[in-house]
Amino acid sequence: MSDLSIEDSSSKVVRARRTRAFDAALLTLLMLAVWQAIGVWTKGVAISPPSQTVAYLFDLLRTPMFWDHGAATMYAFLLAFLLSSLMGLLLGLIFGLHRFTGEVAEPILAGFYTIPKVTLYPVVLLLFGLGMSAKVAFGVMHGLVPMTLFTLGAVRGLSPVLIRTAKVLRLSPARTMLWVLLPACLPDVINGLRISFSLTMLGVLIGEMFSSQRGLGFLLVNGMAQHNVPLSTAVVLIIVVVSIATNTLMLRLGRLTSHRTN
Amino acid sequence: MKRRRAVLLVRIAVLAGLVLLLEICCRAGIIDPLTVIPPSDMVASMIEQVSSGELDEGIIQTFSTIALAFVLAVGLGTFGGVLLHRWSRLRDIVDPLLASYYSVPTFIFYPLLVALLGLGKAPLVSLGVLSAAPAVVIGTLSGLDGVSPVLLKLARVQRLGPARTLWWIVLPDALPRLFSGFKLALSYALIGVIAGEFILSGTGLGYSISYAYQSFDNRGMYGLMLFVLLVAVIANGILYVGEGRLARRRSTG
Repeated sequence: MSDLSIEDSSSKVVRARRTRAFDAALLTLLMLAVWQAIGVWTKGVAISPPSQTVAYLFDLLRTPMFWDHGAATMYAFLLAFLLSSLMGLLLGLIFGLHRFTGEVAEPILAGFYTIPKVTLYPVVLLLFGLGMSAKVAFGVMHGLVPMTLFTLGAVRGLSPVLIRTAKVLRLSPARTMLWVLLPACLPDVINGLRISFSLTMLGVLIGEMFSSQRGLGFLLVNGMAQHNVPLSTAVVLIIVVVSIATNTLMLRLGRLTSHRTN
Repeated sequence: MKRRRAVLLVRIAVLAGLVLLLEICCRAGIIDPLTVIPPSDMVASMIEQVSSGELDEGIIQTFSTIALAFVLAVGLGTFGGVLLHRWSRLRDIVDPLLASYYSVPTFIFYPLLVALLGLGKAPLVSLGVLSAAPAVVIGTLSGLDGVSPVLLKLARVQRLGPARTLWWIVLPDALPRLFSGFKLALSYALIGVIAGEFILSGTGLGYSISYAYQSFDNRGMYGLMLFVLLVAVIANGILYVGEGRLARRRSTG
């Protein structure tokens, strides 16, 4: 009897998985169709159709010029992401543990989160000069706040038993953070990392699109200015694929860890 | 209550202290006036520019674009949300797209939109709608999902027609979440439009800021920036308060 029910549920799981794979394929096809339709409708003035773009992309991937720009973006992005996640984690822990500071800081951070930060980019440029450091700073400006807010929320939502247990066990503050707080907050921290990842990327790319000479953002604007439609479409394609892939991966990871902590 | 007031006071003190510190650093020459101008100068510059009327055209241009994008996003987003709610098969298919939509920097589509629609209002509105509409869709879906089945049963018992069910039952119950979606949509539309103007456009406040930056007019630039940020903060603040009221009304009544 029990065997039968297990078999039944597992076949259900397989079926659900199949439906999901079918749906994903359908969605991909749908999006490709829309893309193709826009490409045909505009006669390739703004967007080159999928097949042509992919072919161009393969050629592009073989040029050192592309890797030069790609590496510039990658380097700025990784640095900005590392800075915003570490600083956000630390600030979030502090604001979460020290209630009063947290209550003071949270609305300020939330307010900063919703303003159009692009308008501040000239200030960043004036402070850091044209180049890599301005892009990194702008990326951090976008990525730091969500990371801080997510960590803060996670720490505040912790059950007080955990902190009391750590106290009873006389763990040092550093060890409490490492062994008690971080693992308990992990799902939210991963969520914060996910949001921070995409916003840091946005910051770095906007930085490159406005008065920069290197990076994928520059390549995109430049492709458009030179009427090199396949180039700008290919760059957009790369960015979209990378961001969706990372987001999906981190969503999965978040779900996995939240199952484990529950 | 006393604690809340203390928090508020400290928050204001921190912000005022930061502004004051910046002012002192600028006046004392620790910060180069070519980099950042003192906050009092920023305010003066803002008041001058707004009262002189030279900004009027840009203000009208930018805010009408934002308003248009917002209205379109709310309309299309609500429609899309209702459609997806009704047609669950479609929702299953589109769900992954909604889940990772905001991970893609929508902004990268702007150059393509400009190439497609020309340099003007159309690409800015499209960018605003592209960044705001999905938030409305998500808000609508979560609002409609949150309507408790008991209420719908009640409507059936009372023999309400579909229109009256929508007006008297569904809408009031879903309103707080719908409103959250609208709030996000407004700030996304604002960010999208101003960012678009800033990077590539010939009109509007975003363009004026980038123009002032490129012509080394620091004083003008900081005044404009302050104006845009103030408007954004006030708009978001009003919606934030409204959202809190709705949520409270729902929980008490």
